[in-house]
Amino acid sequence: MSGLRAIETTVNGRRYRRSVEPRLLLSDFLRQELGLTGTHVGCEHGVCGACTVLVDGHSVRACLMFAIQCDGAAIETVEGLGTPASLSPLQESFRANHGLQCGFCTPGILMTCVDLLRKHPTASREEIREGLSGNLCRCTGYEHIVAAVEALIRREGGQE
Amino acid sequence: MKPAAFEYLRPTSLDEALEALHRHRDDAKILAGGQSLVPLLNFRMLRPAMLIDINGLEELQVLRVDDGGALRIGALTRHVTLETSALVRERFPVLGEAVRHVAHLAIRNRGTIGGSLCHADPAAELPMMMVLLDARLHTRSTAGSRVHPAEEFFEGPLMSAIEEDEILTGIEVPPLPAGAGWAFEEFSQRSGDFAIAAVAAIVELREGTVAEMRLAAMGVGPTPLRLHAVEEALVGQPLTEAAIRDAAAHARQEVDPETDLKASADYRRHLVEALTERCLEVAGARAAGTPAAAGVDA
Repeated sequence: MSGLRAIETTVNGRRYRRSVEPRLLLSDFLRQELGLTGTHVGCEHGVCGACTVLVDGHSVRACLMFAIQCDGAAIETVEGLGTPASLSPLQESFRANHGLQCGFCTPGILMTCVDLLRKHPTASREEIREGLSGNLCRCTGYEHIVAAVEALIRREGGQE
Repeated sequence: MKPAAFEYLRPTSLDEALEALHRHRDDAKILAGGQSLVPLLNFRMLRPAMLIDINGLEELQVLRVDDGGALRIGALTRHVTLETSALVRERFPVLGEAVRHVAHLAIRNRGTIGGSLCHADPAAELPMMMVLLDARLHTRSTAGSRVHPAEEFFEGPLMSAIEEDEILTGIEVPPLPAGAGWAFEEFSQRSGDFAIAAVAAIVELREGTVAEMRLAAMGVGPTPLRLHAVEEALVGQPLTEAAIRDAAAHARQEVDPETDLKASADYRRHLVEALTERCLEVAGARAAGTPAAAGVDA
């Protein structure tokens, strides 16, 4: 009754065509269909923020969208930022400021920061804290995460 | 993959969506922003046979002021659109302030006003704003359209007047009195959480006395509430410190909240009193155009 439907999306600039069940969540699509396991799955009901990705430029919970809704959309995930050999400025700032410990929440936090910094490249400390309020981290206490974003704004004017 | 299987329709017109909803009304859900619906699907607390995705309906994405000065908000307007709209900021600043308290960045990027109103959570900001602003909610089905005053639309926790074959298409917010003061005060445990309680006010002063007063509260009853008795007691009075304190104590008497895991009934009553006092101070200062108002940022 819910047959496969063909969709085409662009993820990190690369086009993918897949056939999906309507009930396939965007988070599971990225991980299981495309093998992009950088997007982490935490609570699967929109609370933790670990699966945050950008859809057409806006941060969204990938567990609260269906892949079929992304037909024709441009998606950005953490794999589109940098590589281990060449971190993006945002990733480098997280590394330099100890903005992560276990790293589970980090992809979602990075993608939230990308959205935040594109919209508010000179965000204040309060705006950074508010912007990150939808992403749970159980290791860092957030201080180093906020410090990483602040340092990037100081050094690179928010160019993520 | 957690949701149960469903059929997926993405209509390209409102009529097509209404037809589909009419045919499948016993077992279909409307998918707008999905920020309340999809968690329920993921938990399988809901297992509709069909989802009708209305995100393609551009006719529900308007945001404009009509000739009469009323704000017309299409049901698919996303929270982020209200939050960043210059029109909302200039003409209905209380709405712009309240929407910043809705959940978090990524939720506001997807969530829609129509979805929030139909979900009818008694501790959600936008239902309360509709009640405060005397909004009229427009619903449609294949049988015709209806208009609901906001106070009648919300019937209980997660219950509204919308019928299963209807779609909320838009909201009409009448213009505010010129120079009206406003305030929105919320208390929640963490930024972005559902409120434990919130109060909002609209105040119009004429020659130093209250010409119009609107006071709404949420988190303290099965629906967002207007505190009509408190409003009526203030009309015609100067908004003095003593009047504000009396009104706040009055507001405390008017609400009948329940105790739950987050807060006791008495604590909620206390919050209503404290938040009412703050709201009336801030809204009164804004209405009076006193210098204090400029420095006040709820």
